[in-house]
Amino acid sequence: MIRLILRRLGLGILTLWFVSLVVFAATQALSGDAATALLARTATPERLAALRAQLHLDDPVWLQYVKWLGGLVTGDLGRSMATQKPVAELIGLRIGNSAFLVLVAALIAIPASMVIGIASAVRRDRGVDHVLTMLSLVLAALPEFVIGIALILIFATGFFHVLPAVALLDDTRPIWQQFDQILLPALTLDLAVIPYMARIMRASMVEVLESEYVQMARLKGLPQRLVILRHALPNAIVPAVQVTALQLAWLAGGVVVIEYVFRYPGIGQSLIDGVANRDLPVVQALSLLVGGLYVAFNLLADVVTILVTPKLRTSLQ
Amino acid sequence: MSGIPGVQVAAPTAGPKALRAPWLQTLLASSRFARTWIGLGITAAVVAVALLGPVFAPYSPTEFVAPPYEPPSSEAWLGTDNLGRDVLSRFLWGGRSVLGLSILATVFGLGLGILVGLISAYTRNWIDDVLMRAMDVLLAFPQIVFVLLLISSVGPQLWLIVVTVGLSHAPRVARVTRGAALEVVERDFVRSAEALGETRWSILVGELLPNISSPLLVEFGLRLTYSIGLVAAVSFLGFGLQPPAADWGLMINENRIGLTIQPWPVALPVIAVGLLTVGTNLITDGIARAAIGIGRSSAA
Repeated sequence: MIRLILRRLGLGILTLWFVSLVVFAATQALSGDAATALLARTATPERLAALRAQLHLDDPVWLQYVKWLGGLVTGDLGRSMATQKPVAELIGLRIGNSAFLVLVAALIAIPASMVIGIASAVRRDRGVDHVLTMLSLVLAALPEFVIGIALILIFATGFFHVLPAVALLDDTRPIWQQFDQILLPALTLDLAVIPYMARIMRASMVEVLESEYVQMARLKGLPQRLVILRHALPNAIVPAVQVTALQLAWLAGGVVVIEYVFRYPGIGQSLIDGVANRDLPVVQALSLLVGGLYVAFNLLADVVTILVTPKLRTSLQ
Repeated sequence: MSGIPGVQVAAPTAGPKALRAPWLQTLLASSRFARTWIGLGITAAVVAVALLGPVFAPYSPTEFVAPPYEPPSSEAWLGTDNLGRDVLSRFLWGGRSVLGLSILATVFGLGLGILVGLISAYTRNWIDDVLMRAMDVLLAFPQIVFVLLLISSVGPQLWLIVVTVGLSHAPRVARVTRGAALEVVERDFVRSAEALGETRWSILVGELLPNISSPLLVEFGLRLTYSIGLVAAVSFLGFGLQPPAADWGLMINENRIGLTIQPWPVALPVIAVGLLTVGTNLITDGIARAAIGIGRSSAA
């Protein structure tokens, strides 16, 4: 089992390395002479030279990559070209804000999708199930920003004026005391991920409920609650873990547009500002972070799956 | 058993009905489901607005007709936007770009993904490994992050949106294509095509592709739904069409500051994009159900 996990870990690190290649190729290498492109009309020979030196543009491409990767590994993310501040300092606080938003969203989404998935599996092909299936079909189709703006239109303007339309975080107060600011963005994220998670939970539960050991438990006369919680749920949850981890990784990307909708000061907002200013070091650091999170969550899902699946746990010992 | 009259069999020699392409059969079967028709109705309505809208627009989309953020009046039925242009006219003009760009992106992404998936499934050697690992790496980026990554180095260009949105679909399509094609590769008619000396390309396109057309049809619908959302999101973030163009995504971006005093220029495009994606997703779900054959007996 340890060997299996180690192999998976090695594969994860390899993927991460390729992710860094893609990020570098898509930004620095693709833009050719990035300095000329970035400065455009404001280019003077001195500024061009300074920027070339900052991005190591006078080196061959492979050496640029090695220097950039070396910087990343030692924690030097470079300097923002728009503000000249270190990228790490610029995004440090914002990572915390985004992480908190994702955490709140996940704490709502995980139990909610489990309850919804189980409820529709138990009442399969009945009214509740059909309504939930249709609802999830609609929600799964809607782009995040449409859900977000719809929530703003409903809860922050016009009909009910109860929640703020933009998240005005006060940096001087701890973020968990500003819960009202986070509720709408978190709810938007939830509405985007719950349909997928609930659908998998339902499918997995439906399969388990038809199994012989669940029939057996029913025949023994166990109450429905006990059959579902004790016998069905532990077996149905394994496929759901995988999807949940992937959806959590998706949340890291999903925050990008949603933070922009609510002007929430997180990494998504930074990424969009970075793209607008063509601030390559910021964009590189953040896309690498999001890609890295996906690889990490994927790895986590695989390790958990190995740990909870007896067949895998005992093989390759 | 296949000789019994009236019994439908899957063999390709069993009469004219079975000669229809699999994707066409799936499409016909999807008409059993109410959701397909509801989706078709919604989609048709939004597409009609996008395509025919400009004909009915009372003003030019760039004409200043009144002060900014005027509420609905007899001159401007839905009020004016942040610069005092007619909201209704801009809305009626703004659907073509979203529709056109997302269809192009879907076709490009699907083409590329299918090509990679077919090559992978057919070769099943180191080429397969390299291609699939490359797809895994691209999958690490959420689609919108991947699109933004390329925009940051090249700048907001319309062709780039088509290419990047398409590229971001490719690894997902490639996986589905490969998975579906792996079964077909094993079958005898592929072996006989090889024995007859058909070229690799004609085996991929002539033998494999027609046999996986049904799952690929589902994939097209799914990717189109996501393309619409992505293209609109890129415009909404300000990296799509540039002012003064009339575009649904851009309209939302330009007018969201005035949301509380004049909701129409935000609400209309949001509703249109939302309806369009829900419509295409309902059709796709109908097709997907037909493709895997669920609910044949209890069509709902």
